[in-house]
Amino acid sequence: MANIAQAVRLALHYAEEHLGVTDIFGEDVGPPLGGVFTCTQGLKTTWNSPLDERGIIGMAMGIAMAGGRPVAEIQFCDYVYNTIDLLKLAGNTYWSSNGQWNLPMVVMTPVGSGIRGSIYHSHSFDATATHIPGWKIVMPSTPLDTYGLLLAACRETNPVMFLIPKALMRVKGDELIPGEPVEDKALSKLIDAPLGDRSKWVPQWPTLDEVIIPIGKAKTVRTGSQVTVVSYGRTLPMCAKAAEALAAEGVDAEVIDLRSLWPYDWDALKASIEKTGRVVFVNEDTEVTNFGEHLMRRTTDELFYKLLAPPKLVAGKFVPGIGLADPLEAASVPQQHDIEAAIRSTAAMAP
Amino acid sequence: MVRDARKMTRAAKPDESPAKPSRPEQQRFPPMISQSNELPLEAPLLLQLHDLMVKARCLEERLIAMYKSGHGYFWIGGPGEEAFNVALGLLIKKGQGPAFDYLHFHYRQSATLLAMGEDPMGAIRQMKNVAADPYSGGRNFAGHFAKKEWNLVPVSSPIEVQYAMAPGTALVQKRHGGDGITIVTGGDAGTAEGDFATCLTWSSRPGQELPVLIIVTNNRWGISTPAGQVQAVEKVSDRGVAFGIKSKTIDGNDPIGAWLELKEAFEYVRTERKPYLVEANVSRLFGHSSASGANYVTNEADCITRFEERLEQHGVLTRAQANALREKYATEFADLARIAKEEAFPDGQTIWDHVFHGEPGRDPFPR
Ligand SMILES: Cc1ncc(C[n+]2csc(CCOP(=O)(O)OP(=O)(O)O)c2C)c(N)n1
Repeated sequence: MANIAQAVRLALHYAEEHLGVTDIFGEDVGPPLGGVFTCTQGLKTTWNSPLDERGIIGMAMGIAMAGGRPVAEIQFCDYVYNTIDLLKLAGNTYWSSNGQWNLPMVVMTPVGSGIRGSIYHSHSFDATATHIPGWKIVMPSTPLDTYGLLLAACRETNPVMFLIPKALMRVKGDELIPGEPVEDKALSKLIDAPLGDRSKWVPQWPTLDEVIIPIGKAKTVRTGSQVTVVSYGRTLPMCAKAAEALAAEGVDAEVIDLRSLWPYDWDALKASIEKTGRVVFVNEDTEVTNFGEHLMRRTTDELFYKLLAPPKLVAGKFVPGIGLADPLEAASVPQQHDIEAAIRSTAAMAP
Repeated sequence: MVRDARKMTRAAKPDESPAKPSRPEQQRFPPMISQSNELPLEAPLLLQLHDLMVKARCLEERLIAMYKSGHGYFWIGGPGEEAFNVALGLLIKKGQGPAFDYLHFHYRQSATLLAMGEDPMGAIRQMKNVAADPYSGGRNFAGHFAKKEWNLVPVSSPIEVQYAMAPGTALVQKRHGGDGITIVTGGDAGTAEGDFATCLTWSSRPGQELPVLIIVTNNRWGISTPAGQVQAVEKVSDRGVAFGIKSKTIDGNDPIGAWLELKEAFEYVRTERKPYLVEANVSRLFGHSSASGANYVTNEADCITRFEERLEQHGVLTRAQANALREKYATEFADLARIAKEEAFPDGQTIWDHVFHGEPGRDPFPR
């Protein structure tokens, strides 16, 4: 089974073969490394860029303007912040030109905590990204979703921000990407670059099928009747696990993987919250002007009289960084027990 | 020379921090119009340059008049840069797609557009922010052009971002083959932004040089800040040298010199498929924008006056002809402005249009 890093690679291989992707680039994205998380090993159109994030985003915009199809990587989302006004520009170019210049471009970047990345390899970007109109924003939590969403992103005619939860990068899925070998080690043999000299290495790509996971569609990963839990990225599997654990206590939680942050699947959220009357939003970005706060606003605006409990947000603490030592990171971003406690207490509430 | 003016300022007040802004007089270039007696271009081209320069000046004057009479909220434009910008426009390979030139402009480029054959009504409509504004549908400021048919990417307000995008279009053009190039323009103050260095770096990667004509029009001002107060570089073109980029500072107030220098630069970029940095010294004749009053300044060289004197001396143009031309364009643009003043503003509900390509505009929230 592919992990997320491999799923990115498989998707990009498919996209450069079949979807017209012309340039996959960024810092250390090309050979010999193929990306600091190995997401771009062995691909045909990769190249190493100068160490210049603004240059990377500007280059992607220019390529898109001239009819290419770029996939640009920002090595860690912690370093995307100095490109914010270019991201704004990419998001408003179609609008400000009154429908003349659309930009088909994908920016992918690893986000979030969980690899002991300390202050500058643990940032989240979903709250900031969702403040930039004109972008589609996705964040998968499984390899198959990564594959399907990345193909959808590479077909888009608008800018897409592809956020990859770095803590899940090496987690294997439990669904096969169509075309990947069933046997566990086989995929690695085919597409992982060897250690040491890679100058002679060529990947052997399996024949892949197209899977498009539409941007804007959520996925219910567990059905339940008492409380809805909405999450994405690193915290999603934690929510699923929490729901399983709480089932033993008689708490019946429905878990939704939002997958797309903009546009997001309000229909799915609404149907679930109407059913359960309770909702917990979980993500690890800092809690002030957090994307979950928007979802809470929407919930209270539209579903107030269906609610049996106040909507709850479990998110990162509003502190300037995520410290390196385990207790610091644990105190900064949601942990399994925080999520369980929030689900438990929300499920127990009644008007 | 600017260089000397800066030295003077520094020498006079060596220990002052922060330095007092230099007086405008100290910012002035010496007369930049070549005093040479030869006219190395043929009369029809000289007259075309002159015609377009006057046309561009009259258009900007009309836009300023619209601003001052309440028919627009903000004016910014290119009066003072006509000599250079007209020459630039005449040399552009106009069209859509990588076989043609990509244009990453800033907000002082109206003369270039007119030289390319653009209908001046577009600029007037954008000034009035009416729905029929062909560049932004009433969404953006004057001088913020965008025209996909001509590879003119949207001019945007953030200074210098165009320099970060330019290598992208040039990369596609280099791969595409042919002689289409990318042209990027901006002012001198903006070169302090990292995006200028980005452009130099990305267009000169060894073995992967890109066909970008990198232009800086140097008016020695960033709004109110004199260049010499905030940047130590003597010539912006020196910045290109470290990157192995062919670089030159030229007199942007002389249309003849500008045309000849640009022609050489264009030919180099088109054929060598490598970058070329042109710094053009120009004037800023109506201040930075309407925010600083948009009044004609008398202490900077006026490229049109100087050019007309020269053309008159050589019997290419008479004063009467020059006056008549001005009169013609002034009347024409006044008439166009009268039409635009009656046109409709965009409907408020159109804010939802063109958020995403391929999707109908809609408010995502119930209200
Ligand atoms: C990134 C950014 N910072 C500040 C401004 C405000 N601003 C607009 S024009 C300008 C000065 C630009 O000077 P220069 O680059 O020399 O160009 P000029 O206007 O003189 O042609 C400034 C500071 C801006 N638009 N964008």
